[in-house]
Amino acid sequence: MTPITPSPLVPVLTEAVFALTLALLFLAPLAIAGVALINVGLGRSRSAAQSLLGNLALLAVSVIVFALVGATLAGAPGAAGHSFQLAGKPWNWLGAGPLFLGGLGSASPQAQLTLLFEFLAVALAVMIPWGSGADRFRLTAGCAAAAVLAALVFPLAAHWIWGYGWLAQLGVNFGLGAGFLDGGGAATVHLLGGLSALAVVWIAGPRRGKFPKEGLSTALPGHNAVYVLFGCLVALVGWLAWNAAGAVIFLHASLAALPVTALNTLLSASGALAATFAVTRVRFGKPDASLCANGWLAGLVASSACAGLVTPGQALFVGIVAGIATPLMVELLELALSIDDPSGAVTVHAAGGLWGLLAAGFFAPLPGQLVAQLVGIATLFGLMLPVVYLLFWLLNRFVPFRVDPDGERIGMDLHELGGGAYPEFVIHRDESYR
Amino acid sequence: MKYAGLLVMPAGFFLSIAAILLFPAPAPRAAFVLCGLAVEGLGLAVAVRGHMESRGGSRP
Repeated sequence: MTPITPSPLVPVLTEAVFALTLALLFLAPLAIAGVALINVGLGRSRSAAQSLLGNLALLAVSVIVFALVGATLAGAPGAAGHSFQLAGKPWNWLGAGPLFLGGLGSASPQAQLTLLFEFLAVALAVMIPWGSGADRFRLTAGCAAAAVLAALVFPLAAHWIWGYGWLAQLGVNFGLGAGFLDGGGAATVHLLGGLSALAVVWIAGPRRGKFPKEGLSTALPGHNAVYVLFGCLVALVGWLAWNAAGAVIFLHASLAALPVTALNTLLSASGALAATFAVTRVRFGKPDASLCANGWLAGLVASSACAGLVTPGQALFVGIVAGIATPLMVELLELALSIDDPSGAVTVHAAGGLWGLLAAGFFAPLPGQLVAQLVGIATLFGLMLPVVYLLFWLLNRFVPFRVDPDGERIGMDLHELGGGAYPEFVIHRDESYR
Repeated sequence: MKYAGLLVMPAGFFLSIAAILLFPAPAPRAAFVLCGLAVEGLGLAVAVRGHMESRGGSRP
């Protein structure tokens, strides 16, 4: 089995490859379902219905906004784009298709396949910050933030990386490998989503009672470990499909290269889970279920960048490193940096995606690929994080992100929906507030 | 302080872009891209520090 060597040309898919990729994209929403379950399980029981409804609402809002505006800005490989000349090279920075659903139905089937992938990607990307804002992020504000991400931020990243924009052209223009490579959305979906989660956490602030005036932070464990762990299994199916479809569409992989892509995805997740299991067993005396789930997901996220580009041994290594780093970083963020991130999205999606992108640069058999990956990472960190923070900060002035203290006390379900997720259960008074 | 850190981060991005424009040789190009990332890391560290200070001031 050999990893895929990406080509800068956009080949026409044969009917068999097209049909298989479409079938894979029908399975890819299971990744979204898995992340939604994990988001719900890691939140509190009194916010469970609001959390899951939020995941659905954000999906709907992001898809509609992306159809109206974002898809035009994102463009597709080979489609028209706005570009400027700098140092004698074209810098394709924005898609130039028709606005407001124009062209979606009349685009070529292959372009529609790419668009379908991007629609699913934007839905997953907007869910990531929603999980981080659990138990205090208002539904309206979550939808507004999703609209901003789907209309402006995600399309730019998607065009630069997937729409043959300037990051994808780093190879052609500057001899940097095959340009910035991100077959499964580690950058466009996970790193961007994780950085957006950091912005949400900074703006919304921590949950009430999370960081008391004195002493360590208060543990506010997720309410349903079964949802979280079942979400991990569901996400695996989605990820296998997602990485294979991304390898065909963006890395131009042949059918023969797909089994190793799927195998690498599985190995990365498995290595990550085993490593997190071992680290939490050593740290706490017993393995921690929610951290193991985070480790598994971090392995999947890391595989999004490199599953099609590395050997199985390298994929296992990538997963093990992700699994070791995840519990340590979750602790660091919470205990040392006062970041209250209930779903661990900053660690899992931002750090996991970052590691996967770096690993793709280290292991891809192309000269200059590591520098291309570093430039892409620098773009998302240095440009996208400040932009997202600024947009969310402005949005927060008009649509406050954080629920009022009374709403947080009674729970998001009762406050925002008027009823709880578990009406027959006794919801205990919160004893953990100090 | 958080805003100062976030303002520093784009400087790192532009440094990385300047590196690929100005240095055709692989070694200095990679070195300057890494410098850009280091500047971004510095900005992020300042932003995180600012976040911690603001949280410390508003704890219940």
